[in-house]
Amino acid sequence: MSEALLDIQNLKKYFPIKAGLLSRTVGQVKAVDDISITIQPGETFGLVGESGSGKSTVGRTAIRLTDKTAGEVRFKGTDIYSLPPEQLRQLRPKMQLIFQDPYSSLNPRVRIGEAIGEAVLDHGLAPASDIRDIVKEVLASCGLSSYHIDRFPHEFSGGQRQRIGIARALVLNPELIIADEPVSALDVSIQAQIINLFSHLQESKGLTYLFISHDLSVVEHLCSRIGVMYLGSMVETASRDELFRHPLHPYTKALLSAVPIPIPKLKRERIVLKGDIPSPANPPSGCKFHTRCPFAEQRCVEEVPVFRNMGGEHWVACHLV
Amino acid sequence: MSTHSLLHIQHLSTYFDTDEGTVKAVDDISLHVRPGEIVCIVGESGCGKSITALSVMGLIEAPTGRIADGIIDFDGQNLLSLSKNHLRSIRGNDIAMIFQEPMSSLNPVITIGEQMSEPLIIHKKMNKKQAQKRVLELITQVGISRPEQIAKSYPHELSGGMLQRIMIAIAISCDPKLLIADEPTTALDVTIQAQILDMLREFRSQSDMSILLITHDLGVVAEMADYVVVMYSGKIVEEGEVVELFANPRHPYTQGLLRSKPIINQRQKELYSIPGYVPNPLELQESCYFHERCEHCMDICRTQEPPLRDVENGQKTACWLYEKEAAVHV
Repeated sequence: MSEALLDIQNLKKYFPIKAGLLSRTVGQVKAVDDISITIQPGETFGLVGESGSGKSTVGRTAIRLTDKTAGEVRFKGTDIYSLPPEQLRQLRPKMQLIFQDPYSSLNPRVRIGEAIGEAVLDHGLAPASDIRDIVKEVLASCGLSSYHIDRFPHEFSGGQRQRIGIARALVLNPELIIADEPVSALDVSIQAQIINLFSHLQESKGLTYLFISHDLSVVEHLCSRIGVMYLGSMVETASRDELFRHPLHPYTKALLSAVPIPIPKLKRERIVLKGDIPSPANPPSGCKFHTRCPFAEQRCVEEVPVFRNMGGEHWVACHLV
Repeated sequence: MSTHSLLHIQHLSTYFDTDEGTVKAVDDISLHVRPGEIVCIVGESGCGKSITALSVMGLIEAPTGRIADGIIDFDGQNLLSLSKNHLRSIRGNDIAMIFQEPMSSLNPVITIGEQMSEPLIIHKKMNKKQAQKRVLELITQVGISRPEQIAKSYPHELSGGMLQRIMIAIAISCDPKLLIADEPTTALDVTIQAQILDMLREFRSQSDMSILLITHDLGVVAEMADYVVVMYSGKIVEEGEVVELFANPRHPYTQGLLRSKPIINQRQKELYSIPGYVPNPLELQESCYFHERCEHCMDICRTQEPPLRDVENGQKTACWLYEKEAAVHV
């Protein structure tokens, strides 16, 4: 196998819980607890989970937007946490992040041409005289028109703003794009446009994606390999077809069966999970899923399940499989 | 299911006056909800689905918003002609509503128990003790354990899923005939959404309560609805019985919506997508409002508004493709 583009090994990210007058650390939220993901060039890896599962924190720590607690992250073989600031800065354009709500990341008083071109200038990737042409080209590849260049963010609809968010990342010629719920805030008809844009850009520019989403149907459409997270831990990873056809972990099965399917009167087996997701500040013992698992045994309460290989690319952390 | 309607909206138009002009958020729509029926209004942001619900509840705020025309007949009385006090006695008692964000519907400085007792004391004329007892029963009924502890807690201490369950408990506490649910599960995780939808279905079958469910999610529609109304730019473009509508969508917008949603285990190489964007509500001219995005657009679509007419099996659509007159104009 060729060298991985992104190699995350045993990544941990804990946030301290402070309390009291002296704000002493009284506990820790284990947002990401020992996660490993390897992403090959040109691949789309989907990271799925519910709120509080730590999927966004994985995205941020993977490109060193926040510090890690432990573990290693390599981008094309380079350990990004050991790089001095100047070298990390040089690497930044290659790893870009796209957010759910692009509006909040755009300055309302800056024309979008400037907002997109800014980083190119800042990184000295092109002379100032070329910027307008570069921006126009990237706008076109994101399905916007060159006359949009002098407009302000409020003049665009949600779908167009997400195109701007994508253009802003794309203008730096990145190799890796981390997309954090990029279509969750969009209407269905617009969502389909943006999903197609993601696939077209991948084909034409050879991009690699880490696609973070709670929506399994979107993830199935876009991703070649998928990881399912629960309370900071990976519970299952597999290739797309394997995960959707033969899910092994009870949580993956429950998630799949909970997604509403637009076919009325469809008869299917549904696993309805009891209760809420426990607080990540105080996760359950043993297997973190045992409090909601319909099949939990005594062993699940006591022992942490090992993340085991089930053949091929299929990995799962469950005592009962 | 009986045939008379519990809620009958006739030619409702709700407008908002803004500095730039009048927005026809809801433009001449009619719909029925029968006892025990679940009717879903589906559409994208700005289509008028939530404004329809707020109009029924009498929650359109003057002076910007106004109900320009129409009748909202509920159980034999026109809600639009009732006095404030009379409407108030119906709201909460016979019609209850739940919203997308339970956190913003609850008072952050009053305990859950107190907020739940309030409607029981006002509408059901219970005394404090009776209300407290009923609150605990209701909390248990919506699937939350430790009801005493929950009743004593404040909204910020509970998760989104729990709060939505509390909202449902408040809504059903006065045994309403109609529950209006505006995107009740949109802010929730899928496993919690599944619990809430199951619960709503269960309450419907136990008490014959009708539900007017507003959602953008076609998956939720397919799971819940008996009857579906599709809205676009303030108009109803298509409506029909759920199985028929999903099997034979007539309007190009409904067809496009159904095709653009990725479905689990039915992966396609490329997703269908409806081109373009929703038109600006201030710039709408006499036409089919979908014409700029429609694959089948004809000359007549650009200049005349299609009427909502019966097609087959009780299904209705507003599209010139199904009009005999269209042939004359083309």
